[in-house]
Amino acid sequence: MNTGALFDHPLGRLEWASLPFWQMFQHPTKDNIINGCIDTGAASLVVIGAVLLVALLTKYRLWRPLWSDWMTSPDHKKIGIMYIVIALVMLARALIEAVLMRTQQAFGLDGGFLSSSHFAQLFSTHGTIMIFFMAMPFLTGVINYVIPMQIGARDVSFPVLNSISLGLTAAGAALVMISLVIGKFSTGGWSGYPPYTGLDFSPGVGPDYWIWSLTLAGLGSTLTGINIAVTIYKERAPGMKLMHMPVFTWTALCTALLMIYAMPPLTVATAQLALDRYLGFHFFTNELGGNVMHFANLFWLFGHPEVYILILPAFGVYSETISTFSGKALFGYRSLVMATMAIAILSFTVWLHHFFTMGQSANINAVFGIASMLIGIPTGVKIYDWLWTMFRGRVRLTVPMVYALGFIVLFVLGGMSGILLASPAIDYQVHNTVFLVAHFHNVAVPGVLFGMLSAYHFWFPKAFGFRLDERWGKVSALCWIFGFMGAFFPLYALGIMGMPRRTVAYADPRYAPLEWVALGGALLILVALLALLWQLRVSIKNRDQNRVFIGDPWAGRSLEWASSAPPPEYNFAVIPVVEGRDAFTTAKESGRAYLPPETYADIKLPKNSAMGPTIAVIGFALAFGLVWQIWWLVILMFMAAIASLIIRGFARDTTRIIPAADVRRENERWLDAVARATAISRADESNSTNVGLALQAADGGVP
Amino acid sequence: MQLSAATRTSSFCAPVSPQRSSNHPLSRSPPDASTKSGFTKALGHWAALFVMVLILCGCAGSTHLSFLDPQGPIAAAQRSHFYWVLGIMAVLVAGPIFVLLPLFVWRYRYGNTASRYKPKWQYSRLLEIMSWTGPILIVIVLASFVWRDTHKLDPYKPLASGQAPLQVDVIGYDWKWLFIYPDLGIASIGTLALPTARPVSLHLTSATVMQSFFIPSLGSQIYAMGGMVTQLNLMASEPGASLGENTMYSGGGFYQQKFTAHAMVPADFEAWVGKVRATGMPLDSRNLQAIARPGTRSDLIAALPDARSTDGDVYFNGVSRSLFPAVVMATMDGKPALPDSAFYDAGASTPAIDTASRITREHAR
Repeated sequence: MNTGALFDHPLGRLEWASLPFWQMFQHPTKDNIINGCIDTGAASLVVIGAVLLVALLTKYRLWRPLWSDWMTSPDHKKIGIMYIVIALVMLARALIEAVLMRTQQAFGLDGGFLSSSHFAQLFSTHGTIMIFFMAMPFLTGVINYVIPMQIGARDVSFPVLNSISLGLTAAGAALVMISLVIGKFSTGGWSGYPPYTGLDFSPGVGPDYWIWSLTLAGLGSTLTGINIAVTIYKERAPGMKLMHMPVFTWTALCTALLMIYAMPPLTVATAQLALDRYLGFHFFTNELGGNVMHFANLFWLFGHPEVYILILPAFGVYSETISTFSGKALFGYRSLVMATMAIAILSFTVWLHHFFTMGQSANINAVFGIASMLIGIPTGVKIYDWLWTMFRGRVRLTVPMVYALGFIVLFVLGGMSGILLASPAIDYQVHNTVFLVAHFHNVAVPGVLFGMLSAYHFWFPKAFGFRLDERWGKVSALCWIFGFMGAFFPLYALGIMGMPRRTVAYADPRYAPLEWVALGGALLILVALLALLWQLRVSIKNRDQNRVFIGDPWAGRSLEWASSAPPPEYNFAVIPVVEGRDAFTTAKESGRAYLPPETYADIKLPKNSAMGPTIAVIGFALAFGLVWQIWWLVILMFMAAIASLIIRGFARDTTRIIPAADVRRENERWLDAVARATAISRADESNSTNVGLALQAADGGVP
Repeated sequence: MQLSAATRTSSFCAPVSPQRSSNHPLSRSPPDASTKSGFTKALGHWAALFVMVLILCGCAGSTHLSFLDPQGPIAAAQRSHFYWVLGIMAVLVAGPIFVLLPLFVWRYRYGNTASRYKPKWQYSRLLEIMSWTGPILIVIVLASFVWRDTHKLDPYKPLASGQAPLQVDVIGYDWKWLFIYPDLGIASIGTLALPTARPVSLHLTSATVMQSFFIPSLGSQIYAMGGMVTQLNLMASEPGASLGENTMYSGGGFYQQKFTAHAMVPADFEAWVGKVRATGMPLDSRNLQAIARPGTRSDLIAALPDARSTDGDVYFNGVSRSLFPAVVMATMDGKPALPDSAFYDAGASTPAIDTASRITREHAR
């Protein structure tokens, strides 16, 4: 390539045909018009949404607060909230796509209304978004918000790195969103198997969008993993030994370790695919010694631990909510910790079960099948420990608990279908069918998504100072649970009837009735999402009746409940000293929970930094340049990335001091409120008398 | 001749057939769900639900869709394995949890003053031991099933039979399957005809992206990959049509990449072979290029000028046994066009094709 070639095509591969409506006007056939309208509608939503956002920010003069209070903030709480906002936006998009796919399949007997390639884009973006831009940001956000407070720290170990991780994730999400407007996303599924995603079979920009959005998200997650692991190792409050940590902290630690070890194989696999596509390498092509099996191994060497990256934090959330809402200490703490660690380690030994059908010997398949079943052991232990936690407790059916109970019932079924799939003899029959789709949704939706929604309801009052509306929360939770059943149980039967996954249409009328049932379930899930949004609206409207400034609305057990809601930016006026598990419960029982400290000291916090948004913009532009082969942009952004890192290296004055007097004033205001507040029993948990101060029952009594 | 078939006392979506004697190890081996009447009860509502749904969805269709409606010994053994694993888990895994969970939530609900409340109770050696040993024992039982049946149902394992297996070479194209009968010199697109009660030994490759070959009511699925050969052994017990498909997404026409696995009594199979020989086209390089062009089966029929298609099938005669290894080698070399020599058997084989033949044979061992 000579230098002239770099600038011959200043817009790279971009052309008018990259716009979603171009095809429709050039070749106005019925199919093109229908698909063009849907494409254009989706693209318009993105564009209108962006324009509307800019207009509102300008109208209400929110640019400055957005910049200085949020985007450049190194505060782990704000970063956590921003992660969750990304997750909810992406959830809405991917859920709409899911409903569109279910509608297509309901009408899919001999046709339907979507083109095959449009349907393929839908399942590819749906999977990619739900894994990398919904589940991952959601759990990263919850971990970010909760962990430093749960271990009694002021922030994570590397606050600016945290902001950079968020920036990388946001850039990846933006890349997936822009693919709706310009060009087309990959049609190769979320797992992107070559050679289909290679240049020979997918010459367009689709797989490039997939590669670079995953690369951005993967980098962000690796850095997050390092950050969380170091934080948990190094920042715990004095006296908090590893075996004193709440189980959610344990699961966050295991997830962080999995992120560190599991993300690199994905980065390698996508980088090799990029080399194949950009520079004519032959890692995964049919010819010249390439071999798709290497990709399958690398991808699932990441992909299986990824499953546990997603599920372990949810297990942690359920451990917290079940214990809290049973009014009882968590049963079998040591077992739960061991089970979590066992799952984390075993998760690296089972990746081959994603391709039992690739032709390896019976010995290998049997070993990996049995290894997969072994994971059922610690998982079963966890379920039993949660049951024994409810045993001799006082179970309150709040929204997080409704999710937890729905989770246990549905997850047992999902786990059972997982054991079925772990047997190669059965996998040979249901692999690549919608039975598999039903299985992984059966563990991912009740497991990961319900867990994150449970966490959202549980910790929302801590983050924003008021409780979410219980009634709408329950409506939403029940719609999620029953919608899930309606949408995915039929797929088990369809899979057993031999229906392949990712099929836009079918010719056998026997599939149709179950497809209609599944569509009904999907629509109920859409209602659940709307109810969730409506709940947020209602809760914000009624926020003054639901304030919990004292900070402990659920009679919580761990340290995050020990400060006001919302907490001060430094989390704790004075770092607590820990002597055992359930640190806050112990403090409340011994009457030490709300004592004024003897002295206050200055608090050192990290200064705001523009590194996060800078890397986000650079990362997005670099990836966009790579997708469209706009080489001047790639070179420019690559140099900008290096330059920004060097400039950051010269920053010396990176902390600021909160004077002791300010801390004292803030803390005394809170302690005054505590003194004036009335403690409530759990019977009043859901009404406006709950200001976040929990009644302490006499020994053995029900609070 | 003794028929080798799964012992089936009942079958849905198919006429009830008299029980047949069996000489195949797969069909003799326990546990066959349908031979154990007590076991069927223990399956619980789950298996019943699946069966109900399948029946509800209509037995009207003529093709067999599912391994729960098995047409051969492999699928029958997979069905019984499925029922056993499901039954064990329904009783031992789901059972206790589904009983205890509502019980605890109700008995220990907030506001109930009749049950005990022990807020600090968090350890019991007995319960801990039970929580671990229960799942461990279940997994040991399941693992022994898995070990045995994974070996028994290994798709590469030749099926025991008095007859030599029928050889079929399968090539996956975008978006159709080409079935070559190397010993008969014929090939077919759209129908995989099989004689009943005779093992079929398939060798599979792909001339394009990764695909997965699957006939649910006969047995396992296996990937077909470019430049590589995988194997699958199947057998049909009785005449009938079964759904065949690719289950691995491969592009626009993927959902139309179906075929019919047509099991016929040996006499009918001979007649079918005769028909293909009589009506087939030559499989020359021009026709092979048409097949290799991305398109569905109906696109192919439209593109072939002299296709004599019956019921949407396309037949070929005079097919060389070295065609399959030649396609494997050509895909590996990135040269989709084959030399004409690949289409003739005697004396014209190239060294590359010899190598491929040897590789294929070695795979077969």
